[in-house]
Amino acid sequence: MTIQEIVNKLGLQVITPGDIEQEVTGGYAADLLSCVMAKAKAGNVWVTLQAHPNVVAVASLLNLAAVIISEGIKPDLETVERAQENRVTLLGSPQTTFAVVGELSKLGVGGA
Amino acid sequence: MTDHTTVEVSKLQELVYELRIEDVMKREVVTVTPQASMREFKELLRLKRISGAPVVEGDKLVGIISLEDLIKALEDGQMDNLVGSKMTSGVETLFSDDSAVQAVNRMARFGYGRFPVVDRSGKLVGILTRGDILRGLLRRLEVNYREEEIQRYRASHIFQDIVSDRTSLILRYRVRGKDFRQGGAASSKIKRAIERLGGGPPIARRVGVAAYEAEMNLVIHTDQGGEMEVEIQPDRVYILAEDQGPGISNIEQALQPGFSTAPEWIREMGFGAGMGLLNIKHCTDGMKLDSKLGVGTRLEMWFHIPPPESAPKQKEDLL
Repeated sequence: MTIQEIVNKLGLQVITPGDIEQEVTGGYAADLLSCVMAKAKAGNVWVTLQAHPNVVAVASLLNLAAVIISEGIKPDLETVERAQENRVTLLGSPQTTFAVVGELSKLGVGGA
Repeated sequence: MTDHTTVEVSKLQELVYELRIEDVMKREVVTVTPQASMREFKELLRLKRISGAPVVEGDKLVGIISLEDLIKALEDGQMDNLVGSKMTSGVETLFSDDSAVQAVNRMARFGYGRFPVVDRSGKLVGILTRGDILRGLLRRLEVNYREEEIQRYRASHIFQDIVSDRTSLILRYRVRGKDFRQGGAASSKIKRAIERLGGGPPIARRVGVAAYEAEMNLVIHTDQGGEMEVEIQPDRVYILAEDQGPGISNIEQALQPGFSTAPEWIREMGFGAGMGLLNIKHCTDGMKLDSKLGVGTRLEMWFHIPPPESAPKQKEDLL
């Protein structure tokens, strides 16, 4: 499943496109950055309600496929700019992290 | 920025926006004056093997005339009439400093395959066809690709090109304390350097994650920040993160999962999970932490770079 397909199926907002045709290897959800650093794998989609520039740094360092920012939280301009620079895909959803993860799970995105 | 427009912007589309018409247009334009006769125009088409031409008076574009106009003049026996009376005036033009995407849009809207290009004073400076845009895009794609390849190649061969008994590359980064906006900038650069130098994704990621945790420790726990020094050799990477910050009172405790001294406002941003040093331990092939309360902290990290062919699967599996 590609990020584009997830965007279409979940009706996500694309904040920055990055490499949207990328295949997703699985998912991870947490708001503690060090947990993400420890557990998220390359190509994963990360669901969080953090929306500051360090989210981009983490996603870029881990080669994550995309970040879904939940609960309708809007990243600031600097975060968006940094995501564009680093070609990191930032997506937005009005739903809670729990609900987003539930939907991803229904699509077969695993949390291995 | 709406959802749908952003989704559709691909690399190629970015290029269409960046590319200026003057970068791709043909500058040598065969023109004709309004005072020329249709007979002279016919000769021009024959000699230059073209099917139309802009009509220019002085510097100014006043019209355009095509093969179709010539055929009509032939049928009507008006070959001695002047170009000025047979041309189409009020020509659709493009500005030389417009982006190629505007040209693409206008071509689609008017259905013309060829547009005269004028500068802002109305002076004819070139002519543009669909083929010109396509050629320009392909050339630009190739240039971008080749530049990246050359940079990568040069960087990855630096250790072969420069001969010594032991060559190493030293990168130094200054990290500011409590500056969360810049936090992660040094480790992103370190990771990119490893990639440029030919390190594969697993090692680049490992170094990047450990460097990030070390960098964020400087940001979170010190006020005046600290320094990161990265020494890269063909088979290993060494990172030293050093500060004159508050120091760690109990290193053993600091290494426990979940232990953190980060204040609440920092935890709210998602830092201070008490996992940083543990993450570093997992990502490195060796680490050494020295600290004295009130004096500062010194964190050293080592990484082995596996030789390209027989890359053994080791720490990568943990990530």
